[in-house]
Amino acid sequence: MAEAIVRLERVSKSYAIGLPAETEVLHGIDLELERGGFVALVGPSGSGKSTLLNIIGLLDRPTRGELLIAGEATSRLGDAELTHLRGHRIGFVFQAHLLVSAFTACENVMMPMVIANGRSSPRIEARARDLLDRVGLSAVADNNALNMSGGQQQRVAIARALAMRPDLVLADEPTGNLDSKSAQDVFALLREENRLSGTSFLIVTHNMDLARRCDGIIEVVDGRVRTA
Amino acid sequence: MMRWLPFVMTGALRFLGEGRLQTGFIVGGITIGVAVIVFMSAMLAGLEANFLRRVLTSQAQIQLLPPEQVARPLRNRPDEIEEAIVQRPSQRVISIDQWQTIVRRMEALPEVTAVAASMTGSALAVRGAASRSVSVAGIEPERYLRIVRLTDYMVAGRLRLASDDILIGIELARDLGATVGDKLLLNGMGGASRTLTVAGLFDLGNKGANLRNTYVALRTAQSLLGVIGGVTEIGLSVRDIYAAETIAREIAASNVVEADSWIKTNAQFFTAVRAQKNTNTLIRLFVGLSVAFGIAAVLVVSVIQRSKDIGILRAMGATRGQILQLFLLQGGLLGFAGSVTGSMLGAGALAYWHSVARQADGSELFPLIIAPGLFVASALLATATGVVAAMAPALRASRLDPVEAIRG
Ligand SMILES: Nc1ncnc2c1ncn2[C@@H]1O[C@H](COP(=O)(O)OP(=O)(O)OP(=O)(O)O)[C@@H](O)[C@H]1O
Ligand SMILES: [Mg+2]
Repeated sequence: MAEAIVRLERVSKSYAIGLPAETEVLHGIDLELERGGFVALVGPSGSGKSTLLNIIGLLDRPTRGELLIAGEATSRLGDAELTHLRGHRIGFVFQAHLLVSAFTACENVMMPMVIANGRSSPRIEARARDLLDRVGLSAVADNNALNMSGGQQQRVAIARALAMRPDLVLADEPTGNLDSKSAQDVFALLREENRLSGTSFLIVTHNMDLARRCDGIIEVVDGRVRTA
Repeated sequence: MMRWLPFVMTGALRFLGEGRLQTGFIVGGITIGVAVIVFMSAMLAGLEANFLRRVLTSQAQIQLLPPEQVARPLRNRPDEIEEAIVQRPSQRVISIDQWQTIVRRMEALPEVTAVAASMTGSALAVRGAASRSVSVAGIEPERYLRIVRLTDYMVAGRLRLASDDILIGIELARDLGATVGDKLLLNGMGGASRTLTVAGLFDLGNKGANLRNTYVALRTAQSLLGVIGGVTEIGLSVRDIYAAETIAREIAASNVVEADSWIKTNAQFFTAVRAQKNTNTLIRLFVGLSVAFGIAAVLVVSVIQRSKDIGILRAMGATRGQILQLFLLQGGLLGFAGSVTGSMLGAGALAYWHSVARQADGSELFPLIIAPGLFVASALLATATGVVAAMAPALRASRLDPVEAIRG
């Protein structure tokens, strides 16, 4: 079997809630995500799904335990290395406040590539327009990010998450704010991208219908994982 | 997105553009600050230049005079008690000893660019029933004009000094009812007298000087004042006008003369200029500080407003360094933009004030000196101030925890 794209070894996360009190949100989680997988992450509100996603996405560090991305241990890496890894290997779709409002839809999609490259280029812009075309938004590519519907913003965010051809896309309730038709469309888009490019997806959702259509479901309850 | 610009520059421009109300207000504030500094600095420089021009064209940069005459009481025996009070002798018109040698020595000095000897004394100018006491300066025009730009002050007649010619000021001409071509009788203190023809009138821009000063040929003055072959003064021009005092002291130390530089004779002016400059520096400092605080305040608010954007950028791979630069650049851009508009406003105000403010005689109060260097300096300074002011907000932005920023 190919090595896992993500591997968690006894990962715990505690938050300081007014020193010296601490509360542990994740309790010794062991988890593996296969390359090319399309997995749903479900669980009740407050169970720690977003916390787990942020740790896997290198936005947050575990309090204890080890996280390996493509076999590489991350606990000893510095901020600059984590940032590089995050920029090149991982794409994010956040639940709310998806886009940077000072930029157009196209520029938002270009952003990860521009950050990595230092400046824009025709190649980068062409790729961004291509991605927007794939999510059906070429007509509004030059609109300001704020002048778009929730579903459109969600699709721009997906295009942006795919820009760097990441190994892994983490999506935190990407369909949470959408009506069921738009939710179906966005979900189909993610599924299609997974099939075409082989990018791994980990998607937090409360929609059990959609979760059942994934390759696997990971359930988090009270900071512990139950694999179904 | 602009292709040639680095990501951080594009980001900084867009962030400033999106918060245009904040940006507009702070740029307005910086504009006023820079305008005040540009206006004040340029006007001060203009006033100073104006004064320097007046002083340096109407008097020698260094004057060599005969040493002061002192009374030396005789001592016969060491135990003899002297008079407690020694009266200062009245200062007679006396020539500088060996003045030709001194002139030659001065001409050999590398710092000295021009040397002119002259003879000055008092005389009574008489025309009909009117008479005025005047100061007669005997000069050698070709040499003297390189020290004092008398040509610039001529208002009538010609600057010609044959042995029977005299140049007088416009006030004296009015008092005596004389004009170019008229004859004046001059009575020297020693009893000699000459009849001279008014060759030209000058206006030194000072009523007292126009009334008292007259110029004749050196030989004429020598005979009128009864000091044949002597001079009372040697004027010097030097290469570096601000070194005049040092040079004067060196000359006095190695020659039997008194040496006064224009710096010493205009000490009051220099004190005033220094006080002005200190005030100016203080004002600049405080304007700079308030501009810096304004920029910092605006950017601190911007960092808070944009914490989610910062989180997204960090999640997409932006490093702390890039976020830091993004905000430092915003500070620099604000300072730069304000300095451009401020320089224009300051220059505009200066041009307006220059056209409105006049001296009593209608001439300009200060020359309009709009030096590009001033604008370059203010742009650099304002940009640097902006970057420094942005330091605290930028550090704060770069240290934001991306998770907190996104959750916010
Ligand atoms: N910075 C923090 N400080 C303290 N507690 C926190 C912090 N972040 C999260 N928590 C707590 O950790 C727990 C898990 O939060 P998390 O956001 O991961 O839940 P979730 O499963 O994503 O919930 P939801 O479905 O509502 O998004 C919650 O009890 C939350 O209050
Ligand atoms: Mg959540």
